Amino acid sequence: MDLIIVLVNGIAVGSIYGLIALGFVLIYKASRIINFAQGSLVLFGAYVVYASYIQLKFPYIIVIIFSSIIVVALGMGFQHAVLRKMIGKPVISIIMITIGLDYLIKGICLGVWGPTRRIFPGELIPEISLRIGPVFISNLFIWGFLISIFFLAGFSIFFKYSRIGIAMRAVSNDQMAALSLGISVNKILIYIWAVAALVAMVGGSLLAGLSILDLNLGFIGLIVFPVIIFGGMDSILGAVLGGFTVGILESLAGAYLEGIVGGGIKGVAPFIIMLIMLMIMPYGLFGTKEVERL
Amino acid sequence: MALPRPCGNFKRSYREDEAIFKTGFVRASVVIFIVLLSLIPLVANDYILYVVNLVFLAIVGAHGINILTGNTGLISLGHGAFIGIGGYTTAILASRGLPIWVTLPCAGFMAAAVGLLFGIPSLRLKGFYLAMSTMAAQFLMEYLFMNFKGLTGGAEGAFVDRPSVFGMVLNSDAQFYYLALVFAIVSTFATINLLRTRVGRAFIAIRGKDYAAELIGINLFKYKTYSFMISSFYAGVTGCLMTYYLSIITPRSFDLGVSIDYLAMIILGGLGTVRGAIYGASFVIIVPELLKYGIDVASDYLPIFTQIPSAFPAIRMFVFGAMIILVLIIEEKGMAQIWINIKSYWKLWPYSY
Repeated sequence: MDLIIVLVNGIAVGSIYGLIALGFVLIYKASRIINFAQGSLVLFGAYVVYASYIQLKFPYIIVIIFSSIIVVALGMGFQHAVLRKMIGKPVISIIMITIGLDYLIKGICLGVWGPTRRIFPGELIPEISLRIGPVFISNLFIWGFLISIFFLAGFSIFFKYSRIGIAMRAVSNDQMAALSLGISVNKILIYIWAVAALVAMVGGSLLAGLSILDLNLGFIGLIVFPVIIFGGMDSILGAVLGGFTVGILESLAGAYLEGIVGGGIKGVAPFIIMLIMLMIMPYGLFGTKEVERL
Repeated sequence: MALPRPCGNFKRSYREDEAIFKTGFVRASVVIFIVLLSLIPLVANDYILYVVNLVFLAIVGAHGINILTGNTGLISLGHGAFIGIGGYTTAILASRGLPIWVTLPCAGFMAAAVGLLFGIPSLRLKGFYLAMSTMAAQFLMEYLFMNFKGLTGGAEGAFVDRPSVFGMVLNSDAQFYYLALVFAIVSTFATINLLRTRVGRAFIAIRGKDYAAELIGINLFKYKTYSFMISSFYAGVTGCLMTYYLSIITPRSFDLGVSIDYLAMIILGGLGTVRGAIYGASFVIIVPELLKYGIDVASDYLPIFTQIPSAFPAIRMFVFGAMIILVLIIEEKGMAQIWINIKSYWKLWPYSY
């Protein structure tokens, strides 16, 4: 009985993790940039939704449109103003730049909203409730699950058939070759950052709805790393499956190990799993193996 | 004396080319610089000394991660935890009444041993994957610091007395300043020297391309683990001194943010350059302190700063992030390269073509 609740919890949280990791994977796939700012994009997205609903008191539809525009503008602006200048520069410098962005966004969030813990408005998310036998599943869980599946399917089709999706795959394959075929690499990367920011906003709102909205949400964003290591850095399916796995293992660890080895194991467990995964199959379940030539 | 010398490269032997001080002028200016540094406690107040001490300690740690990440090319996100190992070793041994002569090497070697353990995956993992495994090590060790309450004191931490050196207890900042200065200088020269030995050249070859290095006969396993051990040894020494200096040790002072700070130091300063580690360490420590000072001054005139809670941490994070982005956009090789660019600009000015 207890086990079922733990599992359902894990699947729901895991689907949100998968959603957040999806944004990361998209950026990595297209530009080979490791985006350390994904966690703070999650944080920022959740705060913007919160602010436009509670503080600015916008109606429901406007909240969605308004916060999407803000978040997308941030993602696009960062690619266009900063990362565009770093094309062809050492990868480690680019990683550091995303760490810089991470600090920048967290600074903005802390400055504007302060360190107070806020309760995220649950009524933003339409009510669906489901009862499987004795287990009652709350609507946030269902929405998290549905939205992840929707994005997974959507992106798979998008990458396969749409013109921009194909251009994105070309960019991820070889930026120089894509350039010479007449694809504007910067433009494609701008779209990708927009999508990543949007996905982060949705994931952030769901995650904030499940727990509480404060700066710690940005650190929860670090969970994308175990997720993508598990599923493979450049696989969308891997991100979603990795999200489920990490979510389930995390909530299992929280439910059964917390009493044995002491508090905090829930937060560490995903990273221990990641360490083990790195030892046995570093490229994850679906990641492309990197082949090195001299 | 700054004698005029011919421009260009006129080295006649490898020994000359590899010399730490290329000319007498460089040697003289380094000596003068060190003498000037050792005079600072006579003029500075306690607050400035505190900041400078932190800079010196950070320089030791920054050299450590620079050997690993800058020179061997292995990205580490776990440096903070290695510093923590050194710190906790010190705290545990010092609480048993052992002097700094014992705790300092123990802290170094303990950190090196843990570094060795987490260095082993580096044989298989590269780049980002290695960064992730060191990040996992970071979280794992943070967890251990938190939960081995019997040894570490858990979240509340533990207190450590100031050490006594040559029978003198280093109670004031000025006294500790000289200890920190000695370690900053020794670690700087040790790093310069390491990089021109066989081991250091092997590291640089591995950074170039590890397979290629293996083909010319460099034992990858040996040198990668060496690199982890040496880097962690520096981290352990930093942790030991830091614990003695701050007199308190908590898991919070070794979290992921610290690891990122150290990585930021060397990337902003200039990866793989000894100067870069010094510039970066100074930058990362001094900028927040300057900001704090600036906000203190500004809040006298603009009361808005005192009304917003947590204005300082917010501005600190924002400015720190903006500075990282700015420096790297201007020059992706960091501040050491900016300095070289400025120098070479003035060398030929105004006839630069």
